[in-house]
Amino acid sequence: MSRFEFVKWSKYFGGFVVVVLGLSLWGASDSDWELESMKPNLRDKDSLQRGLGLYVNFCLGCHSLQYRRYERTAKDLGDIPKDLMLENVIFTGQPIGGYMKSSMSKEDAKNWFGAAPPDLTMVTRVRSPKWVYNFLKTFYIDDNRPFGVNNKVFPNVGMPHVLLPLQGFAVEDCFGYEAVDLLELESILREKKLEGILTRTDRETTFEPLDPSKLREPNCPELTTIPESGLYNEEQFDQAAYDLANFLHYMGDPSREIRMSMGGYVIGFLVILTILAYLLKREYWKNVPKSPPRVRNEHTSEL
Amino acid sequence: MSESLENRGFIARSMTWINERFPWTPTMEKHASKYYAPKNFNVWYVFGVLAFVVLIIQLVTGLFLTMNYVPTAEGAFGSIEYAMHEVDLGWLIRYAHSTGASAFFVVIYLHMFRGFAYGSYRKPRELIWLIGMGIYLVLMAEGFFGYLLPWGNMSYWGAQVIVSLVGAVPIVGADLAEWVRGDFVLSGITLNRFFALHVFALPGVLVVLVFVHMVALHHVGSNNPDGIEIKEKKDEKGVPLDGIPFHPYYTVHDFFAVMVFLILFCAVMFFAPEMFGYFIEKPNFEIANPIATPDHIAPVWYYTPFYAMLRAVTFPLFGLDAKFWGLVVMAGAILIPVALPWLDKSPVKSIRYKGRISKFMLGMLVISFIVLGYLGTIPPSGFGTATAQIATLVYFSYFLLMPWYTQREKTKPVPERVTGGH
Repeated sequence: MSRFEFVKWSKYFGGFVVVVLGLSLWGASDSDWELESMKPNLRDKDSLQRGLGLYVNFCLGCHSLQYRRYERTAKDLGDIPKDLMLENVIFTGQPIGGYMKSSMSKEDAKNWFGAAPPDLTMVTRVRSPKWVYNFLKTFYIDDNRPFGVNNKVFPNVGMPHVLLPLQGFAVEDCFGYEAVDLLELESILREKKLEGILTRTDRETTFEPLDPSKLREPNCPELTTIPESGLYNEEQFDQAAYDLANFLHYMGDPSREIRMSMGGYVIGFLVILTILAYLLKREYWKNVPKSPPRVRNEHTSEL
Repeated sequence: MSESLENRGFIARSMTWINERFPWTPTMEKHASKYYAPKNFNVWYVFGVLAFVVLIIQLVTGLFLTMNYVPTAEGAFGSIEYAMHEVDLGWLIRYAHSTGASAFFVVIYLHMFRGFAYGSYRKPRELIWLIGMGIYLVLMAEGFFGYLLPWGNMSYWGAQVIVSLVGAVPIVGADLAEWVRGDFVLSGITLNRFFALHVFALPGVLVVLVFVHMVALHHVGSNNPDGIEIKEKKDEKGVPLDGIPFHPYYTVHDFFAVMVFLILFCAVMFFAPEMFGYFIEKPNFEIANPIATPDHIAPVWYYTPFYAMLRAVTFPLFGLDAKFWGLVVMAGAILIPVALPWLDKSPVKSIRYKGRISKFMLGMLVISFIVLGYLGTIPPSGFGTATAQIATLVYFSYFLLMPWYTQREKTKPVPERVTGGH
C-alpha cells in the first residue's frame, strides 16, 4: 500500500473512529440526575488539605483509605508537619506511618448498615471526582429510607447523610409551585414527617397534602436546601463537597502530578532523540539508490 | 599471524579472541550487516520490530511487578495498590506493563494486517506465518492469564465468563471448567495457577517462539510491499540487487520508528494510562467481588472482536447449546488465519497487484473486525447482535471465499524489481 493509499484509508478510518467514540460516549449512567461539572485541581493544596480535614472528621470513621499511609498523604499535601498530623488528623492512635484505616469493625459495619462501607481510596477511579462531588451534594430528606435520606446520584444508597450538620436539610422541590416557604416546610418536615407541603402561590399560602407517588417521583430535577438549617451556607457547602472530591481525586492516583510533569520531560527528550534518529536515518539512506516509483495509473481502469 | 595480531588494537584483538571461541562476527554478519532486506519497506514493516520492543518492555516491567506482587486472593489487589501508592516509581512500572499489554496487541494486529496485505504468509514463508500464529495464540493466553492477576472486579468476572465457556463443551464441560479453575468457583487457587502460567510458562514459550520466528525469517528473507523475491535478482557477489544490509540501514531506520512509537507509548502511559477505560477498566479499581458483578462485563478491547462473534451465535444446533457453537465460532475465528498460506491461490502476493475483489475483501475484513471490536465492548442488543452476525459472516468470508476470489479476479502485472520505498 502506498503512502497515498494509506492517507486515503486513514481518512475513512478517522471518520469511523469518530462515530465509534461518539457512540461510546452515549452510554447511560446509573441515575438520570444531571451531574454538575467539577474540575479537580491538584495544585490547590489548600483545597486538598481542607478535603483531608473533612475526610478524617466525617468519612474515615466508616470509609478506610487502606492503601494509603498518613505520612505520604502529609508529604504530598504540602509537607504537613508530623505533630500537626498527629494532633489534628490521626484520631485512631496510629503512628504516622500507619495506613488510613477506619477503626470500625467489619462485623459492626454489616450490622449497622447492611453492608460494610467500601474503601474509598480509588472511588474517583471507579466513579469520577465529578460523581463524588455530585453525590455529596444530592442527599435529600426521604422518610422511606432507613436513615431518613436518599440520594439523587446514587438512589437508595445505604448511607446516612453524614454532612447534614454542614449542609442542612435538602428537600425535593419539584411540585410545580412557584415557591415553597422553606422555613415553614422545615418544621412540617419534622413534625408531620412529610405528609404535606406548604406552598405560596401569588399572595395566598396553602398547605396541600402530598401525593406520595409524586414525592417518590425518581426524576425530580430540583433539590432545595432549607436556609440556615446547616452550619454552612450553600457556597461554603459546595466548597466542602469540592474539597472532598478533590482530595479523593488525589487519593485515587497519587502519582498523577509527578506522572504529568515527568511525562512532559520524557516526551520532550524523546522528541529530540527522534529528530536526531531521523537525521541519522536520512544520512545513511542517502547511499541507497532509489527504486523506480510505483505505477498507479492502471489502478482505476481495470477490474 | 601472532605478529600482526600484536600490532592491532585492543578491540580487534579481543574480537579475534572471541571469534575463535564463539561465532560472534559470523552471526552478526549473517543476521545484520550481511542480511539483505528489501530496500522498499514502507511504514507497515516496522511493527515486527515494535512488537519485539514491547516484548522487552513487558519482560522487564513484569519482572519488577513480580517483586511487589502477592499472588493470593487476599493479597493480590492490595499488593498492586501498594506498588501504585507506596513503591517508588511503582506506578510507572505498572502503567508501563498495562499500556504494554494493549500496545502489544496494537502492533501485533498491525503486523498481521501487513502480512494479510502483502501476502507475507505465501511460499516460502508459510512456517514464519505458522510460528507467528503460535506467538499470537500464546500472547492471547498470556494476556488472559495476566488480566486476572490484579484481582479487580472486572478481572474476576472477565475470567469467570471465559472459564465458564469451557463449561459449554458437551459432556466433559463442567469437569473441564473445574479442572481449569482448580476449584468449584474462580478462587485464589485459580489466581495461583494463572500467575504461574503468566510469569513463568508462557513468557518462556513466547521468547522461544519469537526467536524461532526470526530464525525462520532470516533463513528465507523478508517479503516486501511488492511481494517479489529479491533473492531472484543478484549481483555477481551474490548480493540481491534490491537488498540492502539490515545493519546499518534498517537499524537506523527502525531506531527512528522505535522512537516515534515510544513517544506514543509514553503519551498514553503518562497522560492517559487508563485510556478512557479501554486499557484499564473502571471496575478494576475495585477488588474482586464474587457476589457483585460489574454493571457490564466485557473483555479488554483486544479480545472484543472475538467476544462479539461468540455472542453473535444465539441459536442451538444439533442439540448443543448456542454457547458451545459460539465457542466454536470464536475459536474458528482466531485460528482460521493459520490456513491462509493454502487459501490464497492468487498468482501474485501483494495487494498492490491483486484484483479489486481482494482489495474489497481485505477492506471488509478490517471494517468487520473493527465493528466487531466495538460491539464486543457494549452490552448486547438486538441490533448489535444482528450487526455482529453479519460482521462475523464477512470476517469468515474473507478466508473461506479466498480460494475462489483470488483465482477468479484479474491481477496486475508484477514488476521485475521492487518499486517505491524511501
